[in-house]
Amino acid sequence: MESTAHDFKENVDTALADPNLQDSLAKLKVGFSERRRQAAERLPEFEALRDCARDIKNHALANLDFYLEEFERKVTALGGHVHWAPTAEDARRIIGELCQSMGARTVAKSKSMVAEEIALNEHLEALGIAPIETDLGEYIIQLRHEPPSHIIAPAVHLTKDQVADTFLEHHRKLGFTKRLTERNDLVAEARYVLRQKFLDADVGLTGANFLVAETGSSLLVTNEGNADLSNTLPRMHIVLASVEKVIPTLEDAAVLLRVLARSATGQESSAYTTLNTGPKRAGDLDGPEHYHVVILDNGRSAVLGTEMQDMLRCIRCGACMNHCPVYGAIGGHAYGWVYPGPIGAVLTPQLIGVEEAGNLPNASTFCGRCESVCPVRIPLPSLMRHWREREFERHLTPRAVRQGLALWSFMARRPRLYRRLTTLANRVLALFGRAQGRYQTLPLAGGWTRFRDFPAPPPGGTFHAQWRGRRS
Amino acid sequence: MVALYQIRIILDKAPLHPIFATANVPVVSQSSSASSPRPRRVALFVTCLVDLFRPAIGFAAVKLLEEAGCTVEVPPLQVCCGQPAYNSGDRATTRAIAAQVVDAFEGYDAVVAPSGSCGGMLSHHYPGLFDDPAMKARAENLANRSYELMAFLVDVMGITKVAAQYDGHVTYHDSCSGLRELGVKEQPRRLLASVGGLRLSEMKSPEVCCGFGGTFCVKYPEISNAMVSEKSADVAATGADTLLAGDLGCLMNMAGKLQREGSAVRVRHVAEVLAGMGDQAAIGEPDLGKR
Repeated sequence: MESTAHDFKENVDTALADPNLQDSLAKLKVGFSERRRQAAERLPEFEALRDCARDIKNHALANLDFYLEEFERKVTALGGHVHWAPTAEDARRIIGELCQSMGARTVAKSKSMVAEEIALNEHLEALGIAPIETDLGEYIIQLRHEPPSHIIAPAVHLTKDQVADTFLEHHRKLGFTKRLTERNDLVAEARYVLRQKFLDADVGLTGANFLVAETGSSLLVTNEGNADLSNTLPRMHIVLASVEKVIPTLEDAAVLLRVLARSATGQESSAYTTLNTGPKRAGDLDGPEHYHVVILDNGRSAVLGTEMQDMLRCIRCGACMNHCPVYGAIGGHAYGWVYPGPIGAVLTPQLIGVEEAGNLPNASTFCGRCESVCPVRIPLPSLMRHWREREFERHLTPRAVRQGLALWSFMARRPRLYRRLTTLANRVLALFGRAQGRYQTLPLAGGWTRFRDFPAPPPGGTFHAQWRGRRS
Repeated sequence: MVALYQIRIILDKAPLHPIFATANVPVVSQSSSASSPRPRRVALFVTCLVDLFRPAIGFAAVKLLEEAGCTVEVPPLQVCCGQPAYNSGDRATTRAIAAQVVDAFEGYDAVVAPSGSCGGMLSHHYPGLFDDPAMKARAENLANRSYELMAFLVDVMGITKVAAQYDGHVTYHDSCSGLRELGVKEQPRRLLASVGGLRLSEMKSPEVCCGFGGTFCVKYPEISNAMVSEKSADVAATGADTLLAGDLGCLMNMAGKLQREGSAVRVRHVAEVLAGMGDQAAIGEPDLGKR
C-alpha cells in the first residue's frame, strides 16, 4: 500500500472536515470501549490473563527462531509447505507464483492486514488474477477502492448510507437495482453476491491470528465464517502471516483467545475460531489439496533484542485504536498506511521508515489509555517516545521544535536566569491580560489561540517571587 | 535510607507507619490508621506552569500540606521536571534537568507536586534516564518519595476530609498521568465529598484525555481542538458550574476552550477548592481585586 503518512497533517484536516467519518467515529468511540469494559468486568481473572498473555508472547519472542522452525517442521510433516519471505516483495512473489501454479483466475481472500502491508491485491491484479475480499468490511472497501481504516473493522469509517450507495452502484449490474436501507438486507445481498465467488475461487488466502508451533496449525478467528469458506473450498490454501504470530502451544492459544475477542469487540469469543492443520488428508471430506504458509519478516526481526521489541507482542485486537482519543478524532486513514492508531504509530515507522512516518509517534498526548487496555500490555507511549528519541538523534525533529526546545532547555538548566525571565514574563502577561483575564491572540502562540483563549496569570508575581516575599 | 524503606512499606499498601501521621490537626481529619502524629518535612515541587500562570495552586498545596501536619519547604533552585524535553525525544537535556531536580530535592522526606503529570515524571520516569549507577540510585530514591498532591494527602497522610466550603456544582476531570500512572481517581473525589456546599456530577467520560498533551496541543492544534471540544461538550452536559482537575496544563486547555466558546463554567485546580481558596478569580477570569 502506498503511504501517505508523510502528509499526516493534510490527512488530519481532511478527516476533521469529513462529516460522514465524524459520524462513524462518534459511534465507534462509545461502542467498542463500552463493550470491552463490560467484557473485562464479567471475567474476574481478566487482568491476570493479560499478564499471562504478555508472558506467553514475551517467551515466544525470546525463542522466536526455535518456535518458527518447530512450526515449519510440523507443517512439513503434515504435507504442507512453509515459505520464508524476508521482504514484502518476496512474499508477493511467492504468493503470485503459487497462484500461477494453480492457473488461478480468482483468489478468495479472508481479511489479512499483512496482505495489506505487502500490497498483495495490486500485485495479483497485475498478474491478471482477481483477488476477492470476502470479509464484509473488506469487500465494501474493495468496491470503493479504499484502504482499511481499522485493523478489525476495515470499513468502520463508513456510514450505512455510504454502504447502501456503494452496493447499488456495484451490484446493479448483477440485477440488484433496489437501494437497500436495512443493515440485514445489505448483509444478505453481500452474502449472496459473495457465495458464487467462493465456489469459483481457485485459491483461498487467509491471514492468521496465531501460528501454533506445537501442532503446525494456523489459527484464525472471524465473525462471518468467510475464512472457513476461503480455506476449505478452493484447492489451494495459502496462509500469510508475519513472524511474530508464532506461539508455542494450543494451551497458549487458549489464553490469548480469551483476551483477544474481549479486547477487540467485547465478545467472549469470536463467532468462528478455526485451526488449519495441513492439507486435506486421505479420508477427509473436504479441505485444500495444497497447503502453504508464507511467513513474512519485513523488518520485524530487526526489532528483536531492542527497546522496541515489545511492539511485536501485538495480537491485533484493535483495542488501542478503539480507546485512542486521537484515533477517535481523525480515524484510521489519516495515519496514512496500513496500521493506524497507537500500534500503527509504533509499527509504521519500523516498517516503512521514521522519515516517512515520523508524525505518527508524535501525534499523541501520551494519555496512556492504549496501554491501559492493551491485552498484552505493550507500553505504547514509551515506544512512541523511543521513536521521538530516534528522530531527535537523527535531526528529523522539525526545526521550529528543536530551536524552541534548545532555547527552553538553555533557560531550564540555569535556574537563576530562568527565575528572572519568568518573573518578567509573568508580569507582562499579567499586566496586559488584566482586564480580560485571558488572551484571544498571543504572539508565538497561534497554535493555542487559534482554538482557545490563553489564560493570563493573575497579578501578584510568580509563585516563587510571592513565596520569597512571604517567607523572608 | 530509613525513610525510603518506610515509603516502600506504604507503596505496598501496608498499614501506615506512625511516622507518617501528624501532631496537630486543626482543620483536617485523618483516618484512624494514622496514629501517634508527627510532622514531616515535605518539599513542594511547584511545577513551571503553576509558578508562572497560577501561583494560587502552589499556595493551596502548601496550605493543605501544612494542615496535614507537614512542614513545607520550596527548594529555590527548581525549574521544571523536564517533560518538554523528554517527550520531544531529547534525552540528554532531560537527563541534565532531572539531575538538577534530584540535587534540589535531596534530603526531604517527601516531594509533592500539585500535578500528576510532573509527579509521574519524577516517580516513574527519572530512574530510567540514568545509566550511571550512583545517579540511578539517587533518582530511584527521589522517585520513591515523590507524590502527586491528592495521592499524598489521602494515601500517605491518611487525610479523609477538609474543612472547606464551596457553594457550587462541580465536575472533575481525571488528568491522564495522574489517573493512569499514579492511580489518582478516588482521592480527590473523597476529599471533595467533604467540602461543604459542593455537589459533584460526573462527566460521561471523565477519563478521556482533554487534548492538552504538553507540546502536542500546539504541534497538532487541530486534533487537540477536536479533543478539547468533545471535553467541553461533556462538561456542559453535566450542568456543572465549575470544572476541577489536578493538572494546570489540562485546566488551561479546558478553560481556554470553554471561554472561547462563551461558556460560563469556571475552571479551578482541585487544590484551590479543597484549601478553601475557591473564592478567587477562576482560571482565565479577570482578577481586579489585587494590585
